[in-house]
Amino acid sequence: MSNTLKYARSHEWVRVDADELATVGISEFAQEALGDVVFVELPKSGATVSAGQEVAVVESVKAASDIFSPVSGTIVAVNDTLKDKPEILNSAPLTDGWLFRIRMSKPSELDALLDAAGYAASHG
Amino acid sequence: MLPATLLRTAESMADLKSLQHCDAFVRRHIGPDDVQVAAMLAELGHQSLDELIAATVPAAIALNKSLALPPPEAEHDALERLKRLLADDMPGRAFIGLGYYDTLTPLVIQRNVLENPGWYTAYTPYQPEISQGRLECLLNFQQMIMDLTAMEIANASLLDEATAAAEAMALAHRVCEDKDVTAFFVDHHCFPQTIDVLRTRAKGYGFDIIVDDPARLGAHVVFGALFQYPDRTGELCDLAALIAQVHARKGIAVVAADLLSLTLLKPPGELGADVVIGTTQRFGVPMGYGGPHAAYFATRDAFKRSIPGRLIGVSVDARGKPALRMALQTREQHIRREKANSNICTAQVLLANIAALYAMYHGPTGLMRIGQRVQRLTDILARGLASRGLVPHNRRWFDTLTFHVPQTQAVAIHERAAAAAIHLRRDSETSLGLSLDECTTAEDVEILWQVLLGEAAVSLSVAALDAEFATGRLASPFDATQLRTSPFLQHPHFTSYHSETELLRYMKKLEDRDIALNRSMIPLGSCTMKLNATAEMLPITWPEIARVHPFVPPSAVPGYQAMIDGLADMLKAITGFDAVSMQPNSGAQGEYAGLLAIRGYLDSRGGQHRNVCLIPSSAHGTNPASAQLLGMRIVIVACDAQGNVDSADLEAKAQQHANELAALMLTYPSTHGVFEEGVRELCAIVHAHGGQVYMDGANLNAQVGVSRPADIGADVSHVNLHKTFCIPHGGGGPGMGPIGVKAHLAPFLPGHDVVAPNAVVRDSGAVAAAPWGSAGILPISWMYITLMGASGLLKATQVAILNANYIAARLAPHYAVLYTGAKGRVAHECIIDLRPLKLATGISEEDVAKRLMDFGFHAPTMSFPVAGTLMIEPTESEAKPELDRFIDAMLVIRREIDDVSTGRIDAQNNPLKHAPHTLADITDANWERPYSREVAAFPAPWVREHKYWPAVNRVDNVYGDRNLVCSCPPLDAYSS
Repeated sequence: MSNTLKYARSHEWVRVDADELATVGISEFAQEALGDVVFVELPKSGATVSAGQEVAVVESVKAASDIFSPVSGTIVAVNDTLKDKPEILNSAPLTDGWLFRIRMSKPSELDALLDAAGYAASHG
Repeated sequence: MLPATLLRTAESMADLKSLQHCDAFVRRHIGPDDVQVAAMLAELGHQSLDELIAATVPAAIALNKSLALPPPEAEHDALERLKRLLADDMPGRAFIGLGYYDTLTPLVIQRNVLENPGWYTAYTPYQPEISQGRLECLLNFQQMIMDLTAMEIANASLLDEATAAAEAMALAHRVCEDKDVTAFFVDHHCFPQTIDVLRTRAKGYGFDIIVDDPARLGAHVVFGALFQYPDRTGELCDLAALIAQVHARKGIAVVAADLLSLTLLKPPGELGADVVIGTTQRFGVPMGYGGPHAAYFATRDAFKRSIPGRLIGVSVDARGKPALRMALQTREQHIRREKANSNICTAQVLLANIAALYAMYHGPTGLMRIGQRVQRLTDILARGLASRGLVPHNRRWFDTLTFHVPQTQAVAIHERAAAAAIHLRRDSETSLGLSLDECTTAEDVEILWQVLLGEAAVSLSVAALDAEFATGRLASPFDATQLRTSPFLQHPHFTSYHSETELLRYMKKLEDRDIALNRSMIPLGSCTMKLNATAEMLPITWPEIARVHPFVPPSAVPGYQAMIDGLADMLKAITGFDAVSMQPNSGAQGEYAGLLAIRGYLDSRGGQHRNVCLIPSSAHGTNPASAQLLGMRIVIVACDAQGNVDSADLEAKAQQHANELAALMLTYPSTHGVFEEGVRELCAIVHAHGGQVYMDGANLNAQVGVSRPADIGADVSHVNLHKTFCIPHGGGGPGMGPIGVKAHLAPFLPGHDVVAPNAVVRDSGAVAAAPWGSAGILPISWMYITLMGASGLLKATQVAILNANYIAARLAPHYAVLYTGAKGRVAHECIIDLRPLKLATGISEEDVAKRLMDFGFHAPTMSFPVAGTLMIEPTESEAKPELDRFIDAMLVIRREIDDVSTGRIDAQNNPLKHAPHTLADITDANWERPYSREVAAFPAPWVREHKYWPAVNRVDNVYGDRNLVCSCPPLDAYSS
């Protein structure tokens, strides 16, 4: 599954669900580095964001990490389950722990992202 | 050891002077005696302290001369001199109000908390397992604030009401809907010092402050508004209507409320307020000429992540029992840095706890009675005055009256007041006022009648008027809708300890749960937990220090002023600076005030565009958070492999931003505990590119008498009086962060709208509510420097450096010691690196920190400035036997880590992972661990002599932050 994901160097992943629709989350490496997640601040549905913009915050007890949108577009959905169960980010960062869905305005931005192997090498 | 007979002979030959022991205090402040010093020097291979210092402090910055301070003075002599100095003060009776009221500190609390090292020498409760006592008291404080304000959540206190208002303004903008709106409305009848601080802080945020009559609120577009309740004149505005007006425009409504009045008046939370702030001073905390006191901050649950400062929360420990801790620390500067909610780095724990205990002592009924009595006296005073034609300007009142009178009448009133040694509030030449308090008596009311009415006061009777109120013929000027109907302080903590015996034992129970300096060394790096000597502490509860209102004219308290000036002069001699401001109430506030002075100076020279602040990556989190408060752009400077500021990177960044460079913030010795060789050059680079150098004074204890910040190249520096100059940490506050500046910055020191603290001020604005900050604790530092003198201070620094190097040398064979200076020496603290051991065994710095508790020690600083490390600062006050005990403990722990690495013990089921061990562990019928109960609880033989039992097992931080509870749990939650 994770083979189909594209990664940003700042540890977010993107999965293209349909032509311009994509889902964004954080990598296994990122959740491991953060430790037990206690809070996730999500963007507002409907917000317009550009690639590289801070859109969310993931907090553990000892750290707060900004999440950057890997692509530009409009937020169409956020994972509200994380509000009550932030621990899902630790247990399933690549699936149930997704952060938000975005309608991409520049799908070509995906080309600049890394594949799983490239990402693994980037923080190896 | 000489035989007794010889000893007698030797003494009989000494002259009187040598028998007098003038330097007796120096010997008692500095832990190791000459024999111990010699032994530790030998361990390091040095012949003398001077030789050690020469190998530690770069020659380029060495002071090489004696500080211009008098010789050491003996304890009783210094106390007597201070007493004499204060003898001429005539603070009189102050009815000035404005947030400061005389109060009766319950004596059982004064003696057993305020004057008790078990409470005042503890540190901030970062290690919750050994801090459950004061954490419980702080939770009670939060509950008290929530109850009285009727708000959903409250923090564990802020520095003062004015800065709490500024924090509320910042929160209002963080949570408001329309971030493009930058104006904040301030009721023109807020306290003047609050408006002053708001104006100062608003500049950095880019906000406009609109000070106006609330009647014109509708004319302004604002993101929030502040109302005072009751206001400066004593009037009670229609808060519900004003708040509704703010909400109608999607603004945030902030109310500064008088806590005592809320026992009688409808609380702001029931009227729709979003944030409620204020001071708890009148709950038993002496005025102290301005502080220290605890401010409170309460808000809606929805805004909890935007709250500034410390927040105490309930979690569970490893056995599933309730355990308290500081919650949601990701809001704070030590994690979030420039993105933190605030630069605030502390609370006012000791004072918050006194206020909470005051509420427990009196209980809800007692507090209400105090409130009713104050209001009755005000009613009687007002009716008496009105009957003689002097009608208060305010239509309603709790404790404060305002009068508008012709100028000649005002002059006559102030003259009569002066003759009676009474201070009234002066609003203008034709407006004056007064506030009554817990200490006001019927006689005071009669005197006030005479002061305000002159001869017309004849035949007014307190008893007669009181009878009319008591029988209902007269009534307080409130509508029923304004009165409180909801109960408060119903938790058993506030209704159970009303007898002195009960309260005494409750306080003792809490005290015994905590590790303070009266139990063992607290070797916290960067925190300088040195002795807080009894002689230094005694003056703070003298009435001439404690019961002085901050807004009496300075001419009424020449002795107090002389003490403050004297301390300022001593700090100038120690730091090399030309001027000192005592106003900043904490180190972080000192940073803010220092950067503000830099801002003012640059602006005065046309440097408004200079807005870049260079901050080394190793800096304390408050540095970027403080720069952020001024709207500065933060550029991080790299550190090299030795932990020093990378001078090439500094040069490059200074050059790159030469046109915008405002300042460099530098800690010296570095946060890594090293005297960097090239520090002069770093300062020179910044100056060459038009910037100013801010030196963080956190590590000044390594410099006193050895080098001086101003000589090194700093333009401004704060001095943590609570670190280097013996103000105790109070379990997490108070502190003091006065700043020293070079002459060119002196005109830009903080001012004050009520009492100007400095003759040379240009319009810099106030940074704190009181002109001289927490003046009431300045005698502690005055005493320390006076008792030590130049020679004692130098010796203290030398021994602080010796102690740190001794620990580093003894631990080096067993742990990796990170970072040393050019000649292999650390400064006054050392960092040991647990990361290699964690990689090999899974045992972390946290496990080591918690295991130290089983030995009765407070852990060193964890993961600052480097994650995965412990930073140890023993200070000069710890004698060699205590250092050796600590080293022994660390060696035992090292062997336990070895047991894990060799597989002799399980990597999870071992004494380190299970630490700390409680009585519940040891008495548990099921003991299924591969080590004995004895190893668990008594890991070294000397532990048996004085065993400290942590009150709880390891606290679950994750559970606490995922399930935030910041109010008192029911008492039965603790049993089981």
